[in-house]
Amino acid sequence: MSESALRLVWIYPDLLSTYGDRGNVLVVERRARQRGLQVERIDVRSDQQVPTSGDIYLIGGGEDRPQRLAGERLRVDPGLHRAVENGAIVFGVCAGFQILGHEFVDDRGERTSGLGLLDVWSTRGESHRNVGDILAEPDPRLGLPTMTGFENHQGITHLGQGVSPLARVTVGGGNGTGDGTEGAWRDTVFGTYLHGPVMARNPAVADLLIKLALDVSALPPADNTWYDALRSERISAAQQQTA
Amino acid sequence: MSAQPDSAVPSASLNARAKLAVTAGKAAAAVSRAAGRGSGSVIGGKVALRVDPDLLSRLSENLDVVLVSATNGKTTTTRLIAEALRAAGPVVSNALGANMPAGITSALAEGEQARFGVIEVDEKYLAMVARDTHPKAIALLNLSRDQLDRSSETRMLAEKWREGLAGSEAVIIANADDPLVTWAASSCRRVIWVAAGQAYREDAWSCPSCGGVMQRPDEEWFCPSCGFRRPQPHWALQGEFVVDPQGSPWPIRLQLPGRANLSNAASTAAVASVFGVHPQVALQRMESVTAVAGRYESVMVAGREVRLLLAKNPAGWLETFSLIDPAPAPVVLSVNALSADGTDTSWLWDVDYERLVGHPVFVMGQRKLDLAVRLEVAGVQFQVVDSIQQAVAMAPAGRVEAIANYTAFQQLRRDVQN
Repeated sequence: MSESALRLVWIYPDLLSTYGDRGNVLVVERRARQRGLQVERIDVRSDQQVPTSGDIYLIGGGEDRPQRLAGERLRVDPGLHRAVENGAIVFGVCAGFQILGHEFVDDRGERTSGLGLLDVWSTRGESHRNVGDILAEPDPRLGLPTMTGFENHQGITHLGQGVSPLARVTVGGGNGTGDGTEGAWRDTVFGTYLHGPVMARNPAVADLLIKLALDVSALPPADNTWYDALRSERISAAQQQTA
Repeated sequence: MSAQPDSAVPSASLNARAKLAVTAGKAAAAVSRAAGRGSGSVIGGKVALRVDPDLLSRLSENLDVVLVSATNGKTTTTRLIAEALRAAGPVVSNALGANMPAGITSALAEGEQARFGVIEVDEKYLAMVARDTHPKAIALLNLSRDQLDRSSETRMLAEKWREGLAGSEAVIIANADDPLVTWAASSCRRVIWVAAGQAYREDAWSCPSCGGVMQRPDEEWFCPSCGFRRPQPHWALQGEFVVDPQGSPWPIRLQLPGRANLSNAASTAAVASVFGVHPQVALQRMESVTAVAGRYESVMVAGREVRLLLAKNPAGWLETFSLIDPAPAPVVLSVNALSADGTDTSWLWDVDYERLVGHPVFVMGQRKLDLAVRLEVAGVQFQVVDSIQQAVAMAPAGRVEAIANYTAFQQLRRDVQN
């Protein structure tokens, strides 16, 4: 970790903060503070430079046009690339996940370049939109429990050789490729389609990012009573949805 | 006016098919009512429109129609406008919020004697209803995120309004402080701009015209990239006054609480003046409105006063937090996620529940666990309960403020009536 405080950077709240993914910022900040960490939160609007010295960068979901605008502005800002070269952690959701890849389809139906930080590329589904509760089993190497979330997207994200799926879907659509993959990750860069927000439904994901930032294998325990109650309720609701 | 639906005879001005349609619709509504399925207005309207697809247009022909659309405040403002215009003649209105074409058709079928039709319209249907009803005026109050798992993206909605209203003959009464509403209205020929305020701005940072980053010094807003900017308002809400185009301030004295209702009253005064009703007269008439479809209503539960407040989306919650009694007033939150509410609860994280720090809070509803996690992260003290009665029994002294989203609000109203 760079300085004494955990530097938590929220990319473009003015464009990519439409589906409650602001909650990811709030949960990471809360859980870091509960562990006695200082947190410096940096909200970067799309007319500002992305700082290079952050520890954790979060990018949320957004509507189609804001996604294109965000992609255009991030492509000409070297900040996020530099941060990743410095070992920073990046976590993108939905539109933010697509932007991390090589390309996505924009609001005009055109293929648009992403940032190429993940070896994935996104297309748009014909008509079917994945909307609903989703369950997925994370890559065992990440040491995470079952992931629960809410998905709401028409995008299809194809994974290249350079990434692993973040999880395998048991209920829901995930990447929409039909092979049961959900999200993608490599080293310290992660992408997912899960809203909910994903950190509120899966506080272990927030903890994973904090552990990676601190380069530690464990954190002091935090009170998970209400998270656990919510998780059991949503997991069983999703299971009944398909039963 | 509230004509008795079963005794009302279709107006002489309607043709035979339209008369038949009205009669068939009323019969269907009566059957539905008798079966205990609510007012029957939606099913009645559907049946009537099937008999005569042009019925909405025909029913509007002899009325001066005013349409009201927005993300928040539609029902209340429709009620305020109806009260104000009664100064000039009888009014028919879909006062209970059935705001899609079938419900609107049913409401208008009750208004044979009316001069004015004051109609709340769902945002998605505005262009269609505006085409069918030939309105004299359309009030556009605000646009922000709402139920994104099932409705259009907010900017797309503004775009649809803009396209649908471009050729309209109506006078548009639009909120100049809302960039999306301004974008929607700015292609219209006749616009009366009202500085009605905007508390929730998270959907308004990106220029609706070119995508530039909006600058918002003080009450102004403008896009530095393309020059799209706040129009000069004709009417303005200033504190608890509405200032008319001549610069005269008129005091707003509502029984309804909160900044949002002052804003609704300012827009109402501007609408009323289009029909020759003086702002002073309009504002006086608005004072009689207390609760609107149960919203803002105070009820007694186990000897305690409970005020019922509806908040359906982040902008609505923000306005509601600004009107509740200060801490340590007890607050009950109830959230459901049925399809009428939106099945995705992620929006809870776009609401600043941090503002409830210092209040004792009780959470209930189908999604009380989502609320629990949200409040835990916000650092708010809360308890999870199963019912309003349980919350009231545990609440410390003071009026209980109960805030609920759509179906949770309906449930709350039923619970407190029993």
